[in-house]
Amino acid sequence: MVDQDVKYLKFKTYLNIYCPHCNNTLNVDKKENKTVNFKAVYKKEELDLMLSPYLDVFEVGSSIEMKENEALEDLICPHCNESLINKKVNCGECSSAVGEVTIFAASKLLPFYICTKYGCEWHGLTRRDERRVKLKIPRQAMPEQDQTLRIHNHQEVPYGYTSELALLEAGRCLQCKNPQCVLGCPVNIDIPAFISLVADEKFNEAAKKIKERNVLPAVCGRVCPQESQCEEKCIVGHKDDPVAIGRLERFVADYERKMELVEVPVIKNDTGKKIAVVGSGPAGLTLAADMRQLGYGVTIFEALHETGGVLTYGIPEFRLPKSIVQFEINFLKEIGVRFELNHVIGNILTVDELLEHFDAVFIGVGAGLPTFMNIEGESLGNIFSSNEYLTRMNLMKAYKFPEYDTPKPKGNKVVVIGGGNVAMDCARTAIRTGSSEVTIVYRRSRHELPAREEEVHHAEEEGIKFKLLSNPIRYIGTDHNTIKGLECIQMELGEPDDSGRRRPIPIDGSNFTIECDMAIVAIGTGPNPIIFQSTPDMELNKWGYIKTNPETLETTKEFVYAGGDIVTGSATVIEAMGAGRIAANAIHEKLSKKKVKAKAKSQAR
Amino acid sequence: MFQIVRKQEMAKGTIIRFEISAPKIAKKIKAGQFVILRVNETGERIPLTVADKDEFAGTITIIFQVVGKSTALMRSLNEGDLIKDVVGPLGKAAEVEKIGTVIMVGGGTGVAILYHVAKAYKEAGNYVIGIIGAQNQDMLILQNEMERICDELVITSDDGSIGKMGFVTQPLATYMEERHDIKLVYAIGPIIMMKNVAALTKKKKLPTMVSLNPIMIDGTGMCGGCRVKVNNETMFCCVDGPDFDGHKVDFDELIHRNSLYLKDEKDSLLFSIK
Repeated sequence: MVDQDVKYLKFKTYLNIYCPHCNNTLNVDKKENKTVNFKAVYKKEELDLMLSPYLDVFEVGSSIEMKENEALEDLICPHCNESLINKKVNCGECSSAVGEVTIFAASKLLPFYICTKYGCEWHGLTRRDERRVKLKIPRQAMPEQDQTLRIHNHQEVPYGYTSELALLEAGRCLQCKNPQCVLGCPVNIDIPAFISLVADEKFNEAAKKIKERNVLPAVCGRVCPQESQCEEKCIVGHKDDPVAIGRLERFVADYERKMELVEVPVIKNDTGKKIAVVGSGPAGLTLAADMRQLGYGVTIFEALHETGGVLTYGIPEFRLPKSIVQFEINFLKEIGVRFELNHVIGNILTVDELLEHFDAVFIGVGAGLPTFMNIEGESLGNIFSSNEYLTRMNLMKAYKFPEYDTPKPKGNKVVVIGGGNVAMDCARTAIRTGSSEVTIVYRRSRHELPAREEEVHHAEEEGIKFKLLSNPIRYIGTDHNTIKGLECIQMELGEPDDSGRRRPIPIDGSNFTIECDMAIVAIGTGPNPIIFQSTPDMELNKWGYIKTNPETLETTKEFVYAGGDIVTGSATVIEAMGAGRIAANAIHEKLSKKKVKAKAKSQAR
Repeated sequence: MFQIVRKQEMAKGTIIRFEISAPKIAKKIKAGQFVILRVNETGERIPLTVADKDEFAGTITIIFQVVGKSTALMRSLNEGDLIKDVVGPLGKAAEVEKIGTVIMVGGGTGVAILYHVAKAYKEAGNYVIGIIGAQNQDMLILQNEMERICDELVITSDDGSIGKMGFVTQPLATYMEERHDIKLVYAIGPIIMMKNVAALTKKKKLPTMVSLNPIMIDGTGMCGGCRVKVNNETMFCCVDGPDFDGHKVDFDELIHRNSLYLKDEKDSLLFSIK
């Protein structure tokens, strides 16, 4: 609708506005009072209308008193008296009629549209004395690494926004008074506030605003499924593509890091109490940051030799550079969080032993036990769990074998079983490490793929094949006991099951074989038993995960809390972070009360 | 960082014994459990079952055979050198109780692990019969240590250079015929040895435990690389084992799975020589 060049206008830019019919200027500059003057028809009366010439907000002149939801009947040029209404175009937000004017921008005359509806109440933008008329800016794409190049390297695929693109995208935010996006965010980031700061070019302040609620913005901006969280709720998204909240989050976090603007807060109020965190994944890191900032001593115990949990061993470099994960973890180190690597809790120290030294324990160990399909031939050579494959590649850097000592799983024709983000990660890693053909086998249709659309899209771009509505029934081995094929059966979708997704039903006699020399099983994970075995008094739920009080995340064992995948089963990074936040608040409340109780007791004596 | 406090070369330098300072692990580790070592930043995670521990000195003992790049790298380390990561204890401990007469069968470097288990059985008050074997006299390890803790000890070698010529299964078969009070056989060594021992004892339904050493990465149940079939069920050696009922283990599958990376091991060695 709008010419490309207008996209590069910054918000609150002064606009020179002309009538498209007579080309006369509509701007009126009277010293302090700058306006754009029109004539308007409202309730069949012709009135004068004055708007602000600054892009972003158009103020209504006082000569018209309008009620919410009412629209002007006409918008007229005061010079030639021609109607400015363009019937071919509607408002991007409320679909009302719009007036078309011409603006001078980027050394060109370009069409520009003004909504006729008061406040555009449909999208929740009622402002008593303001009328917002917005430039219809499409959702800004992130520049990306070329698809033919990127399959030969492990560098990140999207480059992220430039500041120009970020400004433009930020301008799409309606600054709703009752922002739904915040409700969609598991850690309730004040999204409109940070976007408004971006629009004002206060990128550093925007980063600080996010950090009030989220300690890992550079991570979340990359791996959160925004399309099913904040962006799903975005009001702009009802009629148009939603504001790219995730991309903006990523932009400000990257800006803050690259410009070296990260500030290490001084922890003032030392409570003298200590918290043990089991697992250095997203849940544990969030809890650690929160509790440390509340003045607790925090020690994180990590089983592996590297911090970050799934962020380090699971998500590949091209989707989440490890340097970024380590940067965010360093921030925690700088605020005084202690890390103990190579500590498998349950073995080297039990939860009970931790409770002897710490006031509370938080278990955020994730759901790390891989699931197999338990079909014939699963123990053949070159069949890996997604965990093993990704751990070798990411944690052990097997893709740099033999520089790194851990061997790289090799396959020319690779089959990945499963349709989630992990399956996409495996497939995209395989294509980057020399496999010539990678096929994803999933038992439902494309619509049901649990992976993020962005990941599916990237995978398709990179030449990953999708064999949908196909269910593996057995692996076929060579004489040397390595895999040479995967026999599948064709499926069709039946009635919806408990999860609301249509249940796949096998079609008799539709068996077919996919030739392959490597298979990766990415069909989900289960709870790891190590910590339970030594903590018999901590109850589990019927799925084998830790039972917690949903409000506090306290387990059935007092002062022991749990959150993330070990409570919910496989979920997202941000949901784990949300759990870390809930538990942090609950622990703080409980331990503060404990202190009060102890004081009360001592006073009573 | 974990310091090597003592290094000893055994079997003409092909088998190495390290005592590593790891007080927290030494305090907790039990017979049958293992640790994972990573020597340096680019290193592999190497699972090794602990051969002994000294709680007071805060050390654990590991014994390994030099087979590839990583173990060659470990051999190059000396007393006082540091190992980047040691994680443990991992796996389930051997369930040691007083049951009577037990036979401990060990082959090759498996004797190192066997020693730790045998010691535990002896300390629990059992009558311990040891059968240990090696290719030849030079390759036999821990002979003196085993002699000290075993009530009876039989040694075999493939070439007859020490003890009886032949395999460990031969004296085991003899014992099984002569004694009827054997309550348990523990077999630790090359997979083929454990397979043969299990086949032998299965005939008489003599309970047999084996300690498996599959390929693994993390050792905490995460990767599933160490999956073995036990009683036709997929088990993870690192969290469900490493000790399993020898009569239920699918040894053939384990042999195949363990040979998957032989070529890579060669490539890695060649790379390091370059």
